[in-house]
Amino acid sequence: MTRRDASRWHPAEYAFWALPIVAYFVFPDHLALLAQIAIAALFAVSLDLILGYAGIVSLGHAAFFGIGAYAAGLLAQAGWGDPVLGLACATLAAAVTGFATSFLVLRGADLTRLMVTLGVASMLYVLANKLTDITGGLDGLQGVEMKPIFGQFAFDLYGKTAYVYCTIILFVMFWIARRVVHSPFGLSLQGIRQNAVRMPALGTPVNARLVAVYTLGAAYAGIAGALLTQTTQFVSIDVFSFSRSAEVLLILVLGGIGSLYGGILGAVVFMTVHEYLSGIDPLYWQFWLGLLLIVVVLFARGGIMGTLRLASKVRA
Amino acid sequence: MTYALQTRNLFKRFGGFLATNDVTLNVAEGARHALIGPNGAGKTTLINLLTGFLEPTSGSVILKNEDVTRQPQHRRVKRGLARTFQINRLFADMTALQSVILAVNERRGIAGHWWRPVSAHGEAIDDAASLLSQLGLLEVAHVPTKDLPYGKQRLIEIALALAAQPSVLLLDEPAAGVPTGESRELFETIARLPREVTVLLIEHDMDLVFRFADRISVLVAGALLTEDVPDMIAADPRVREVYLGDAGHG
Ligand SMILES: Nc1ncnc2c1ncn2[C@@H]1O[C@H](COP(=O)(O)OP(=O)(O)OP(=O)(O)O)[C@@H](O)[C@H]1O
Ligand SMILES: [Mg+2]
Repeated sequence: MTRRDASRWHPAEYAFWALPIVAYFVFPDHLALLAQIAIAALFAVSLDLILGYAGIVSLGHAAFFGIGAYAAGLLAQAGWGDPVLGLACATLAAAVTGFATSFLVLRGADLTRLMVTLGVASMLYVLANKLTDITGGLDGLQGVEMKPIFGQFAFDLYGKTAYVYCTIILFVMFWIARRVVHSPFGLSLQGIRQNAVRMPALGTPVNARLVAVYTLGAAYAGIAGALLTQTTQFVSIDVFSFSRSAEVLLILVLGGIGSLYGGILGAVVFMTVHEYLSGIDPLYWQFWLGLLLIVVVLFARGGIMGTLRLASKVRA
Repeated sequence: MTYALQTRNLFKRFGGFLATNDVTLNVAEGARHALIGPNGAGKTTLINLLTGFLEPTSGSVILKNEDVTRQPQHRRVKRGLARTFQINRLFADMTALQSVILAVNERRGIAGHWWRPVSAHGEAIDDAASLLSQLGLLEVAHVPTKDLPYGKQRLIEIALALAAQPSVLLLDEPAAGVPTGESRELFETIARLPREVTVLLIEHDMDLVFRFADRISVLVAGALLTEDVPDMIAADPRVREVYLGDAGHG
C-alpha cells in the first residue's frame, strides 16, 4: 500500500496559495480588507498551534496579539519605524510573555485553562488602560509612523503594500508552522492532545513540550498584532479585548481546528461575512453571524475544513 | 545479587484506604518476575508507584540502585523503565504506525525535533515497522487505532512499551481481552525479549504465570504475602487459601 506523505505539499495547497495572488488583481478596491483577513488568518493559525495541535484551550489569546501590537507601535512611535525590525521585536515580546505565562496553563483541566488565559488577557487590558502615558489608554496609541519596508516599499493609501506585506508574512509563517506540525515535535503535540496521560509513560516531558508550543503560538499571535499596528499605523486598546480573543476562537472553530488551513479559511469567511452583513444590516449583523456559527458548529462538524474533507472523500 | 527494581517500605493511602501496605520488593536483574494476587489486591497501584504514575505516601522506589522516588515518569522511562496499562491508554486518532513512531522518536531522543518531517526520520520509521511486524500489526499499520478490534489495540499498547527498548518492563495483565491465539503470540514476543531485560508481569492466568515466571510475589490486601520460586508458591497453603477464597481465578 502506498501512502501519501502528509508533510508533502498537496496539489490543492498550491492552488490555494495562488488565490491571494488572484485576489490582488480581482479585488483591487478591497486590499485593505484583504490585509485584515491575512492578519486574522495568521492570528487564527497561532491559536490553532496551541489549541488544534496541543489541545490547550484559550479564551485570552488576544494577550499575545496585543503585546505584539503595542510592541510594534511603541517602537515605531519612538522612531524605529522599520517594519521588519518591528516584527522581530513584537515576536520576541510576545514570545517572552507567552513563555512566562505558559506555566499557568500547564496544570489544570480545560476550564482552569479558560479562566487563566482569560485572566491574563484581562489583566493586560487593564494595564494598558492604566498606563495612559505609554499606551494612550482608551484613546489608543497615536503617532505610529512606519518607514518603507526595506527602505523601499512605502505603505500606500490603497493598501497595496500592506496587503502584499501581510500576505507574504502569513505565507512564510504558515510554511514554518506547517513544517513544525509535521515534525516529530508536532506528532508529540498530537499525542499530548489525544492522550496526555499516556505520554509521560513513553518518556515524553509533557510540560516542556507544552511550554514550547505555547511560546510559539504566542510569538505567532504577536506577529499578527504587529501587522495590525503597522498596516493601520495605530493601536487601539481593544487588541487586548475579550471580544478579540473570542473572535479568533470563533474563526478557528468556523474554519476547523487542527489543520492550519482551517484558521485561514475561517478568517476569509468570517471577515467577508462580517463586512457584508455589517454593510447591509449595521444594527443586527451580529445576529446573523451568530446564526451562521451555530449552523456550522451543529451541522458542519470540523468546520469548513471538515466539510471540505468530507466532500473530497465522498467524491473519491 | 543485583536488583533492577526495588521498593523499600512502600505505602500508598487513598483517603482512609491503604492500597499499598509496607511493600518491600526486590526484582532481580534479568528476572521473569510475576506479581499475582486477587482483584483489588493493589497490583496496579504498585506498578503506578514504581513508574511514578502515582506518588507514594511514604517509602521509596529504587531503579538500578538509584532512588527515583521523586523522579517524574518520563525520567524513569529514560532510565529504562517502561510499562503497559491494564486498560488501554492509546492515541485514538493515530494509526498503529504513528503511535509507535511517536514512542520510538521519544526513545531515540528526536521527539522534540521540530523542523524535518517525521517521514524524514527513516531509522525511527524502520524501528517502528519492525516492532509492528514482530507483533503481527504490520497489515493494520495504517488503520486508525480507534477502528481496530480490541485485541489489536492491546498489541499496540504492548508495542508502545517495547518501543522504549526498556531494560525493565512492567506488564499489567498484557493479555487481558486478547483472543487466545493472539495472546499466545503476545507471550511468545515477550518470551523472546533479550534475557537481560527484566520483566515484572501481572497476570491472572496461572498457567501462563507458572510457565513464564522464575519468581513470584503474592500480593494480598496491599501487602506482600510471600515471594518465592513458582514450585514453592504452588505448594504454599496460604496462597491456595487466598485463591480458593477468590473463585474467579486460579
Ligand atoms: N485512584 C484511586 N483512588 C482510590 N482508590 C483506588 C485508586 N486506585 C486504586 N484504588 C483502590 O485500591 C485498591 C487496589 O486497586 P488496584 O487497581 O491496584 O488492584 P489490582 O490488584 O490491580 O486489581 P485487579 O486485579 O482488579 O486489576 C482497590 O480497592 C481500588 O479500588
Ligand atoms: Mg490491576
